[in-house]
Amino acid sequence: MTKPDLLAPQPPAETVPPLSRRKFVKAGMAVAGAAYAAALGYPLYRYLATPAEHADALAAVKEVTLAEADKLPRESAMLFKFAGRPALLLHHADDTWTALTAVCTHLGCTVQFDKDRKAIYCACHGGLYDPKTGANISGPPPKPLLNYKAQVLPGKVVVSRA
Amino acid sequence: MPDLKKIGTALYAWVNERLDLEPMLKHARAKTVPVHKHTFWYYWGGISLCLFVVQVVTGILLMIYYRPGPDAYASVREITYEVHFGWLIRSLHAWAANLMVAAIFVHMFSVFFMKAYQKPREFGWWTGLALLGLCMVFGFSGYLLPMDELSFFATKVGLSIPGVIPGAEPVIAALVRAGPEVNEFTVQRFFALHVVVLPLLFIPLLAFHLFLIQKHGNALPPSERLKPEAARKSIPFFPNFALKDLAVWLIVINVLALLAAFFPWQLGPQADLLKPAPIGIHPEWYFMSQFELLKVIGRVLTGVAGELAGIGLFTVGMVLWALIPFYDTETGGGRRARRATYFGLFVLLAMAALTIYGYFDLK
Ligand code: HEM
Ligand code: FES
Repeated sequence: MTKPDLLAPQPPAETVPPLSRRKFVKAGMAVAGAAYAAALGYPLYRYLATPAEHADALAAVKEVTLAEADKLPRESAMLFKFAGRPALLLHHADDTWTALTAVCTHLGCTVQFDKDRKAIYCACHGGLYDPKTGANISGPPPKPLLNYKAQVLPGKVVVSRA
Repeated sequence: MPDLKKIGTALYAWVNERLDLEPMLKHARAKTVPVHKHTFWYYWGGISLCLFVVQVVTGILLMIYYRPGPDAYASVREITYEVHFGWLIRSLHAWAANLMVAAIFVHMFSVFFMKAYQKPREFGWWTGLALLGLCMVFGFSGYLLPMDELSFFATKVGLSIPGVIPGAEPVIAALVRAGPEVNEFTVQRFFALHVVVLPLLFIPLLAFHLFLIQKHGNALPPSERLKPEAARKSIPFFPNFALKDLAVWLIVINVLALLAAFFPWQLGPQADLLKPAPIGIHPEWYFMSQFELLKVIGRVLTGVAGELAGIGLFTVGMVLWALIPFYDTETGGGRRARRATYFGLFVLLAMAALTIYGYFDLK
């Protein structure tokens, strides 16, 4: 390896201004291109995202009323829609009630009440949850099912976010 | 930072080794575009192409929310008032449709007056005419899709015009209208026509048309052909003309965006079988001259005879228009060439006059 010869004559300093015309035009075109991309991309994204946004608005629902759900027999369950997603209302043998999301915390299948096992069962990969608390007890589910508040009134059950 | 240029060169070499791109590039580099005082008209084919691309993109986006059949009106109402920027996409599609028809008309007449239909370019002329015809069917079928009052009556009237030809009406009712009146089955089949059948016909035809242009190059207008070879000027197609083309496209897109944003396409009240036709109803401007021709002839020759005479006259005109390459063959410009030019001027003026008169003739 040869060392650079510091005493050798240096080439003359650049006389071209730091921002040449070519560079300026290039930068301008890049900015204009980015502006066009944004002007096309933003409306396109919003256009396609509209249904998902509506669903999000629906997810803000705080409460649903299930008419006649108070007649649900003991040791049985029913599915209903809460904020656009499936939810489960259970009437236990001891006359207590539970309402929780029916979306399995593993990969999102809809769960069901399994009378024989006395558990909430997910058919997709055999996950089991406690029917009273929604706690995950066996199988792949990593988390408990989210609980809602169930208020049993004459002629209806009102379910709301806990 | 990786050296992008080096990667690009290597990638090109890899592809070139397999696909042998050199001959194609050689052809592209050798291609030139003549420069003269009529060069402006060479842009109009490209403008039509650009607008067709806009139609494909915005059309696919509309299909994401549009529902043909009984829901048609409701779905276009949602697109217009509920989906974010849906009004803009719809407005772009409707405006670009009109601009595209207009651009193709300009393109056709400029080709006509430059005599670009002469040998060896006859197939370019015929495929171009077919593309214009398909484009008008695109427009006619698309116009029904929102199923508002205007769509309903425009389609009703449009389909009853060929219906006066003896024996045609039952066939139209069976195959096109799907019943005695325009109804949800009509929209459903117009939709299939508009988004599947027409693109399937249009795109290969367009590819062939563009291939012919690559093959034959731009035709010279008669005034240029008279000049000696050395006095003609030209520029390379790539990159010089291609960049100019691109600049024109940018202008077109900007004009389109302004029109669509500031004059959003309207949606009328829902089509209703039990409502009278709105006052002043008229066809789209590109059907106006044909419509007015029928109307004017109908005043002289009343009844079905008048209608048939109008349709007959129109058909003869179209056939003559398509066959012009057989009539005007001399490249030197003789008596026949001059007659062809007068014929073109007559058609242009007649169409313009009938269109304008048509709008005054509404009240
Ligand atoms: C692949 C190409 C195309 C697709 C997928 C497509 C799709 C659609 C759809 C889904 C609609 C209904 C939505 C609405 O009515 O707003 C529509 C309407 C329409 N289309 Fe197309 N289209 C295409 C090409 C064209 C072309 C080339 C033309 C023109 C000449 C055209 C002219 C129209 C018109 C005039 C309307 C009615 C606009 C309105 O009033 O809303 N379309 N198209
Ligand atoms: S999705 Fe429920 S156990 Fe896998």
